[in-house]
Amino acid sequence: MGLLSDPNRRQALSRVVTRLNTPLCIISYLVGMGWFLGLAFHPFTLRTYISENSMGSTMVEEQFQGGDRALSYAREFAAHKKASGGSPVAWLERTMRGLGLEVYTQSFVRTLPFPDEATERYMVKGTNVYGILRAPRAASTESLVLSVPCSEGQNNNQAVGLLLALASYFRGQIYWAKDIIFLVNEHDLIGMEAWLEGYHDVNVTEIKSSVMMGRAGAIQAAVSLELNTDVTTSFDVIVEGLNGQLPNLDMVNLFHAFCQKNTLLCTIQGKLQRSDYDTFPGYLHNLQTLLLMVLKQGSGRPQGDHGLFLRYHIEAITLRGINSFRQYKYDMNTVGKTLEGMFRKLNNLSERLHQSYFFYLLPSLSRFVSIGIYMPAIGFILLILILRSLDLWIKLNRAGTTTEDGAADDDDQDAKPGFLSLATPIVICHATGLSLYYIPTMSQDMATDHFPVSESEAVVLISIAIYVAGLALPHNTHRYLTGAGSDQGWMTLKLISLLYLAIQLSCIALINFSLGFILAITIVPVAAIVQPTGPKVLYGILLVLVTPATTLLGSIFLYRELIEYPVSILECWQLFLQAIAGGILDHYLRRRYRAVKSEQAGQPLRVFYTEELNVIGGRNGGTILSSSREILLSWRLEILVLIAWDWIFNSFVFLFDFEIGSTGVVFHETS
Amino acid sequence: MAAPLVLVVLVAVTVRAVLFRSSLAGFISERVEVVSPLNSWKRVVEGMSLLDLGVSPYSGDVFHETPLIVYLFHFVVDYAEIVFMIVDALTAVALYLAVRDYNKAMFKQQRLYLELKKYAPESHDLLRVPTEMYYIPLKVALFYLLNPYTVLCCVAKSTSAINNAVIALFILSTVKGSLLLSAVFLALATYQSLYPVTLFMPALLYLLQRQFIPVKAANPDFWLFTCQYGSLYLGSLVIVLCHSFFLLNSWDFVYSIYGFILSVPDLTPNIGLFWYFFAEMFEHFSLFFVCVFQINVFFYTVPLTIKLKEHPFFLLFIQLAIISIFKSYPTVGDVALYMAFLPMWSHLSRFLRNLFFVSCMLIVCSVLFPVLWHLWIYAGSANSNFYYAITLSFNVGQILLVSDYFYAFLRREYHLQHGLYLTKKDGSEATLILS
Repeated sequence: MGLLSDPNRRQALSRVVTRLNTPLCIISYLVGMGWFLGLAFHPFTLRTYISENSMGSTMVEEQFQGGDRALSYAREFAAHKKASGGSPVAWLERTMRGLGLEVYTQSFVRTLPFPDEATERYMVKGTNVYGILRAPRAASTESLVLSVPCSEGQNNNQAVGLLLALASYFRGQIYWAKDIIFLVNEHDLIGMEAWLEGYHDVNVTEIKSSVMMGRAGAIQAAVSLELNTDVTTSFDVIVEGLNGQLPNLDMVNLFHAFCQKNTLLCTIQGKLQRSDYDTFPGYLHNLQTLLLMVLKQGSGRPQGDHGLFLRYHIEAITLRGINSFRQYKYDMNTVGKTLEGMFRKLNNLSERLHQSYFFYLLPSLSRFVSIGIYMPAIGFILLILILRSLDLWIKLNRAGTTTEDGAADDDDQDAKPGFLSLATPIVICHATGLSLYYIPTMSQDMATDHFPVSESEAVVLISIAIYVAGLALPHNTHRYLTGAGSDQGWMTLKLISLLYLAIQLSCIALINFSLGFILAITIVPVAAIVQPTGPKVLYGILLVLVTPATTLLGSIFLYRELIEYPVSILECWQLFLQAIAGGILDHYLRRRYRAVKSEQAGQPLRVFYTEELNVIGGRNGGTILSSSREILLSWRLEILVLIAWDWIFNSFVFLFDFEIGSTGVVFHETS
Repeated sequence: MAAPLVLVVLVAVTVRAVLFRSSLAGFISERVEVVSPLNSWKRVVEGMSLLDLGVSPYSGDVFHETPLIVYLFHFVVDYAEIVFMIVDALTAVALYLAVRDYNKAMFKQQRLYLELKKYAPESHDLLRVPTEMYYIPLKVALFYLLNPYTVLCCVAKSTSAINNAVIALFILSTVKGSLLLSAVFLALATYQSLYPVTLFMPALLYLLQRQFIPVKAANPDFWLFTCQYGSLYLGSLVIVLCHSFFLLNSWDFVYSIYGFILSVPDLTPNIGLFWYFFAEMFEHFSLFFVCVFQINVFFYTVPLTIKLKEHPFFLLFIQLAIISIFKSYPTVGDVALYMAFLPMWSHLSRFLRNLFFVSCMLIVCSVLFPVLWHLWIYAGSANSNFYYAITLSFNVGQILLVSDYFYAFLRREYHLQHGLYLTKKDGSEATLILS
């Protein structure tokens, strides 16, 4: 308190804050950016290690030899799948039962709110088949899951084959202390969601599914496998789950350890680790990997089937087999051995995985950045907002009647900004946010009746229209209000906006660092600069440039650059539209955080933005339906920000006498 | 002035009614920030059904509400929502009337002091003027009714709303000078949650001041009055306790309520300071530390009373804040009560130093509570340390707020007596430093 209560030091401090405000802001932004870029730099990262004691060493002798058997199962499965035109439920049941598992099926039906054009689905019907291998050495209180999606076409046949071969091999072993569930889920994430909801007996989305007959205790960990070829060159591990949630780092470490043991090549974000990490190209490579992870995590959509497990407190990763042009190929035996080793290690767990990190970024598989190291990056960026608002506060105070030491100031008293002039933009912005949340899906029928558009197009176009209208509206109401003309008026409004922005960003960054960071680096500098005096046109353009929609567009572009598959602007716009549609769909498919019943079912994310409970929380919880991996950033990024930021942004716009509406039109024509 | 008050009450009731009907009500009533084991509505319902079954509600470890509350709600359980809204409105009206009367009294006192030339001549800037004071009672009511904390507390049907109402009535009767009612309501408040016993001193000082009895050990009037008030208080406390005994025919409730408050066996996270410490602590140290923690609430009474004996109402405010910070199961309802008094001290604003900082801190913490709870309990990625960090900073924020007001109050008093513009011996401008 010494610093805060000594008036002389306080005065010095406030002088520094006001006089050096701009340089301090710039420095803080640069430090924040620099810090973030430095995260991929070798000395700042930590080496990964398995911290869970019961998984400590990799001293397990794998004896899986059923590679050929896996391939023959795969061929048989492919034939049956082709014949039945979907998941060959009867065959799977028969085969699993033949292996000595307890087999159950679960059928589910889900009607999407509007047709999904990317995957051509509307009414989704399917059946999940799962077999439980009962542990001979323990009561059925804990279990592990190996899941394989049964996808359309020729995909994933080998994965199903390997699953069956592993089941038959595991059946013969006596050391199992946890039940193992072998799951073949149909319609990827929809089926997975149906199964998880059925297993935990909750219903958070509107999936109708049959009653689940067999269970095997609390699931401790899960591995989802995707494998398309008979031989593989490498394995890609996927960690990003729903809403940017990550599995315990030990899961990744475990996989990494076994890959090293079996000399299997493993990648993350499709990038192989380089040995020359201390050179500049090595650093760039790490940075690329890190950026990819940030973009994927920021999108908030699960990148694999494992992403839904995380919501139920189950640590899970997806492993994706890749067959590239490399010389050296691995056969099914090696892959099977790796999985066997992982399951035996997981079998040793005596409690849930909790020792290692839950908040991390991975610049490569063997190095990680923990929360304590990456948080300062966003901290410095948020510091700008705090500095600016302090500056405004001090100025506002000086303009008032008093100064710190109780001495009266004879400044002319500005009329204090009326309550109305402050409340109106705030209320309007929240209202546009709400309408953006509810109207698009509510009015799609009306739109398809009157305009020649399909339903999903209608939803996207309505969203964009409301968004643009939302930008213009507060500005237009400005004319009807007086009192905001004074300096105090805009300063107060800006002060509130800045603080609001800071709070929202810090909340988002805590839940999903990547999303928070992407938003912060774009929106903060502009939010700090704009004010009603100065080049208004320039500010207006800047503000439009940092809207979440533009950020989304930019992120898609950056992502495609990073995976070395660049797109033209027009394609990018198409992807953007798809991302919005996909996102809205996802949200309605799995209202993520809305259920409460079991301990695992996530209680509302809607909790977390107190002001906008329903709006953001609900929206934030979208999942992914489409497996089209190209659309990286779902609308969730967009909507989340959009609504929350809607009024922040608008409050700034409101400060100007600037026709934002016309910019909106330009925005629209681009399509 | 009655019309705006009615308007405020109407708005507040509408907000609550809407929230009661929305899907949020169930969610809010589960939040640990809003309900504690002492005042959760679920537990009250549980207690009532146990009572209906002929089992003592205190036989389990679920119910910690007082017998009078159970019997009260036994009659009105079907109208619980309306009762809670009425209780809130009642609290606000009581606060409104109390503050209005207090302000009148203060203004009279100020005029008297001016006539007696007790104030330094150049401190006239600091004097309070009727135009400023006119809206303060309304602001207090507004602050209480529309404070999100109060709204949450009411929507969750937390019985801390009733506790607040009793304390507000106690304040009203004290300000009105009614010895008997003041003692009775104080006894009820103590009976409800034990900690308001520390409000005894400010109430006594206020009543003494009202009767113009100087606080001196040699003064027989002083001792007479103290004994009178004390015995009224103790008498009504005994009556209430005995009444509870006859309702249930057992003394179980004493241990189940006061033992529960003092020994802190339930370590469900809340916005207080206790849960984390005692969850981490070895069993055989806990008795000692329970004593240390509990002493905090009572300990500050003595020095504060000595320092603020001329200003019992401010002492009351500080005491309320201290209770809400250091009590064993605090909820936002307790915070809302003392925050309602902040507009009363608006004349201190020129001496407040960290208001911006502190209010940002409190707002940020309030928003982060549910976020970190989500990360800890549902996402499973954070742990209790994250949540406790926020609890800690929320309480630090509250302490800074209170000490800021305390300091500003003392500073204003000093300036009133010594003039606003202090000069050093050499004639240059001097500054005061808090040490």
